[in-house]
Amino acid sequence: MSAITTAADEQIDYIPLTESDPGTRSRGKRRKRQIRLVLWGVPIIVFILIAIFGPMIVPYDSVTVRTGDRLKSPGTVLRDGSTAWLGTDQVGRDMLAQVLQGARISLLVGAATVVLAGLIGMFVGVIAGYRGGFLDSLLMRLADIQLAFPSIIFAIMIAAVIGPSVVNVIITLAITRWVVFARISRAAVLSVKEQEFVTAARAIGADAPRQLTRHIVPSIIAPLIVIATVEIGLVIIAEASLSFLGLGTPPSQPSWGQTIAQGRDYLNNAWWISTIPGIALCLVVISVGVFGDRLRDYLDPRMQKG
Amino acid sequence: MAHYILQRLLYAVFVLWGALTVIFLVVRILPGDPASMMLGAGATQTEIDALRQNLGLDASLPEQYVSFMSEAARLDFGESLWLRRPVLDSIGERIAATGRLAIAAVILAVAISFPLGIVAALRQRGPIDYAVSVLSLIGQSVPGFWLGIMLILIFARQLRWLPSAGSQTPQHLILPAITLALPLVGVLTRLVRSGLLEVMHEDYIRTARAKGIAPHAVLTRHAMRNMLIPVITVLGIQLGNLLGGAVIVETVFGWPGIGRLLVDAITKRDYPLVQAAILFITTTFVLINLIVDLSYVYLDPRIRLR
Repeated sequence: MSAITTAADEQIDYIPLTESDPGTRSRGKRRKRQIRLVLWGVPIIVFILIAIFGPMIVPYDSVTVRTGDRLKSPGTVLRDGSTAWLGTDQVGRDMLAQVLQGARISLLVGAATVVLAGLIGMFVGVIAGYRGGFLDSLLMRLADIQLAFPSIIFAIMIAAVIGPSVVNVIITLAITRWVVFARISRAAVLSVKEQEFVTAARAIGADAPRQLTRHIVPSIIAPLIVIATVEIGLVIIAEASLSFLGLGTPPSQPSWGQTIAQGRDYLNNAWWISTIPGIALCLVVISVGVFGDRLRDYLDPRMQKG
Repeated sequence: MAHYILQRLLYAVFVLWGALTVIFLVVRILPGDPASMMLGAGATQTEIDALRQNLGLDASLPEQYVSFMSEAARLDFGESLWLRRPVLDSIGERIAATGRLAIAAVILAVAISFPLGIVAALRQRGPIDYAVSVLSLIGQSVPGFWLGIMLILIFARQLRWLPSAGSQTPQHLILPAITLALPLVGVLTRLVRSGLLEVMHEDYIRTARAKGIAPHAVLTRHAMRNMLIPVITVLGIQLGNLLGGAVIVETVFGWPGIGRLLVDAITKRDYPLVQAAILFITTTFVLINLIVDLSYVYLDPRIRLR
């Protein structure tokens, strides 16, 4: 196999995940590990809650321009008596409201893209791995061709043609990310389909759809979930990058990438416009990344760090 | 060995053909007519038709495909509508600038990540090892465009040590090269560390030590060489991400490379230029992977002797 075919974008190989052996691990220990895993997920839950309820509490208004309150630094009391805790932007819009609205878009695009790309990838990968032969070669060569493009370049190309909107960003990024899921699913199916429980199902007369839906797919879900958490971080960064280039969300939907781009012109007198959404972006991506690591350790006991 | 080289060459040609076909199809089949997008909302139908004819978009799809492929093979990409000059000339100028930036970033990344990774592996679980894992997490979580803006804010605007945009002097190279190198540093350091840890437990290392070879010679002559294979594989793939990252970094720092040309061409809706820029970036990526594949012939005796 070649460099292009062996290593997917982010060098994720399929690692067969095994249930931890109940004989060697007491129920109490397992419970402790579960609690620890949930604790690592707390920052993500907090961000999700912020994304859902934040814009309700501090509503974002993309239309009103308040020239008297332009470029105010964080903590300034505005003319109407309210406090701009994170400052205001170049037309006097509240940065806090903008960052909260951006959280909604980032997380929505991240989750929707990964679900869409995951479903497409799983479908292609499972079919390719289960059927094998010509169909398998065809689908996997298609994946190879797509990996010839640096993924952001592929996204830029599609986004430039279909134009900016939140739905289009999700479609664009799903098209650029399905390959990883397809490869992982295919590898997983290849290793699962010859195992005894599948052979047994076949022996008692289960047809292909039943084997796939009842036996094969459920046993490849765990590695896909691990990859999905890794991918969410990459997708959120990709969305921000596209929006930064003006190819992502439209101006009426302020995503973090867009706000950071606007702040570039005001670096001398208003550092907070570019800085604050970027910090939010990094925090989300880091907490998703750390949780992804822990989840992988949890699902695959052999990968645990000492 | 000859068989391996021939196989890799044919594979590269196949992937390149596929990538060209994808570029062709994306521009022509996805919703959104290039001609009307190029002319904007105010264009009349006659103007659109004239441009369609000029671009060859009025021919049937198979006819367009044949002329697209033969033009690409002859490197004849027509004239840029925005710059009013042959596309190939503009691309030639810009590729050199991107090359300088990418080479500087790779040198920087290798110079930082090899020593760090080696120290982290030799002093496992020490403070440097811990710092390395934090650094690699940050390297992969901080989006390049935001990092670039923050470096401009700190080193160009506040401290006034370095220029923020342009490419006139060697100082102009520093900030963009750091921005481009950081994600690579994260990936490479981790890889050098884990590769070295794995290799150091091999029997031939123990043999070398037992023979009384000095520790640094064991490291450089026995361990490093074997560790290089996965490192070079990943470096090849990461160079693709580097080319993608260059699009963003060049936009942030006003670096006159092919990435910025691509973004500008998209804003100006200059389809011949967009098509050619994507084609060049993709071709470069495929060629890099081909070189990586061929370098195994020298690095891995198992291929050479086959």
